[in-house]
Amino acid sequence: MKFVDEFRDGALARNIAANIAREVDPRRSYHLMEFCGGHTHAISRYGIADLLPANVRMIHGPGCPVCVLPAGRVENAIQLAQTPGLILCCYGDMLRVPAADGMNLLKAKARGADVRMVYSSADAVKIAQENPERQVVFFAIGFETTTPPTAVAIKQAQALGLKNFSGICNHVLTPSAISHILQSPEIRQLGVLALDGFIGPAHVSTVIGSRPYEYFAEEFQKPVVIAGFEPLDVMQAILMLVRQLNEGRAEVENEFSRAVTRDGNVKAQLLVAEVFELRRVFEWRGLGLVPYSALRIKASYADFDAELRFRIPPLSIPDNRACECGAILRGVKRPQDCKLFGTVCTPDNPIGSCMVSSEGACAAHYSYGRFRGAA
Amino acid sequence: MSTIKPNYTRPLDFKQGRVDMTHGSGGRAMAQLIDELFIAAFDNEFLRQMNDQASFPAPHGRMVMSTDSHVVSPLFFPGGDIGCLSVHGTINDVAMSGARPLYLSAGFILEEGFPLADLKRIVESMAQAARDAGVPIITGDTKVVEQGKGDGVFITTTGVGVVPEGINISGERARPGDKVLVSGTLGDHGVAVMSLRENLTFHTSIKSDTAALHGLVAAMVAAVQDIHVLRDPTRGGLATTLNEIARQSAVGMMLHEDQLPIREQVKAACEFLGLDPLYVANEGKLAAICAPQDAERLLQTMHAHPLGRDAAIVGEVIEDPHHFVQMETSFGGRRVVDWLTGEQLPRIC
Repeated sequence: MKFVDEFRDGALARNIAANIAREVDPRRSYHLMEFCGGHTHAISRYGIADLLPANVRMIHGPGCPVCVLPAGRVENAIQLAQTPGLILCCYGDMLRVPAADGMNLLKAKARGADVRMVYSSADAVKIAQENPERQVVFFAIGFETTTPPTAVAIKQAQALGLKNFSGICNHVLTPSAISHILQSPEIRQLGVLALDGFIGPAHVSTVIGSRPYEYFAEEFQKPVVIAGFEPLDVMQAILMLVRQLNEGRAEVENEFSRAVTRDGNVKAQLLVAEVFELRRVFEWRGLGLVPYSALRIKASYADFDAELRFRIPPLSIPDNRACECGAILRGVKRPQDCKLFGTVCTPDNPIGSCMVSSEGACAAHYSYGRFRGAA
Repeated sequence: MSTIKPNYTRPLDFKQGRVDMTHGSGGRAMAQLIDELFIAAFDNEFLRQMNDQASFPAPHGRMVMSTDSHVVSPLFFPGGDIGCLSVHGTINDVAMSGARPLYLSAGFILEEGFPLADLKRIVESMAQAARDAGVPIITGDTKVVEQGKGDGVFITTTGVGVVPEGINISGERARPGDKVLVSGTLGDHGVAVMSLRENLTFHTSIKSDTAALHGLVAAMVAAVQDIHVLRDPTRGGLATTLNEIARQSAVGMMLHEDQLPIREQVKAACEFLGLDPLYVANEGKLAAICAPQDAERLLQTMHAHPLGRDAAIVGEVIEDPHHFVQMETSFGGRRVVDWLTGEQLPRIC
């Protein structure tokens, strides 16, 4: 497959692996967090851990859109989906995310709710056009990658004069989440979590550019290497981080230069700024309340805001007490450290959100890597 | 002279007509549908007995039986339709024991309003598939459900076959050291069907691989009598099939990603849909497990058959108390190839 196979080449991978092995300092360890679920997935699926020296440890970050969505927002979606005549559209990953009592949108659908899986926000607009007599709500989630398409859908609905289309905005922001992790007591005071550097997001960075990461590198003295989602990208980024740490540098470097610029996609940024504004605070699963970390629909587009149209109440539902998703999303614990992992919590019956999406740390480890933990 | 024809029935309108409730009511309309469509298409000596059951001579030896319900959407897809699929699917399930399939039955659940033209196309496709395979459909049943209570047509087929003397193929016979073979490219059927789903239309030259595999199986058991396991990786794909066998045989498996035959177009479609070809359905492929010393001969036999041209040895059976199916990735790492979880759902990023 052109433009894909080149980035999955085993011989090149062994080459980079040899360079990493040669260059790591055996007297220290390298704790590297890949922020994005896309990287978590690639690391697990291609078995990248097998190619790394023992003192390079990958820590899975919170960058999995469905994983960080709090149960209360899922519950909002489930309740809304039960409104007679209403069609709720969402991305496929969203369907199995558990809310209270193990309920999810797939189960709500089985009980008669009209829940439709869409591949893009444009499909939701199309469904609204085709069903003028029914309310169609797009449950919008994701980081900066999926935010511009939601903005486009809302603008499109406005241009078409659709009265039956609206969105619930759950879009969240990568830089705020990284700041939050770096400011957490586990890192700043307790030293529980060693965190030496970041692999920066691929698709998110195509939109926001590399500039927003410059602050962390400077303020927290942590190197960041933005990398593509292919396994060779990840390997190369690890090598670049090892080099920065060896040389005592803390810079933003861009491995994914074929798609990411310093300024990012300005057109998409303007579109987002036109339709959305910052929320003062938003709840993240695992991270709790994070200030200025999410977006809501601006007053000028209030007609398309489902939260207003359906008077959706704020709900906060605590996670299962034994669930370690919070600590896992902050990188403090590994999936196999959770008592529920692989016993009551499996991809078929996820208790915590990290087990839902294949990008979630627990699901990725369960599906691809659990032979490593097996005695 | 009178122009009244006392026994005249107006023929079914296969151009404009539609299935209605009378076609399942047991009355004259049903009899007409059976005569003009099913008997006409499937015609054979057993069906012509016109009894509530088909009567056939029982062969000597161990017999096998399998049943399969088909609910595919869309009903017509590149490379086939629900009709030939329902014949191939059951023939293959019977053949995976090493058996020679002998007879089929077919049960239809039709939705009121379904176009008779489509039904005719499906039934003729079944008849053609059965004729090509040399396995007659000897008994059947038709029911009609009200509009909205079915999805056009559901077809259940059952098959019986007889296993040649000395053949013992079964899911619990995989042993550490055995080789794992597949008969050809993986994921073709699933991608062909997905390309037509309403919210997912994309253009592809991929056709469903739907085919009856009993001829290939006959050649294989003639060449290597002691094949340990045969199974057709339909729903859930090769990954699911191998996990089933690993559990049944209480073994693990190690696959080699480099060796897996997957078409470039299937890889590309899976890539942009966020799916894994190992979990995508096949309808004309089989997985075989045999002793290492038999593997090369079995592979050559498969290569010599038109349905096994792209066959490959893709891995081996290993000892593993956890019964994991693992894979050495082309990239150089290792990973679990797990059971399919729920449905494959596309990822967001």
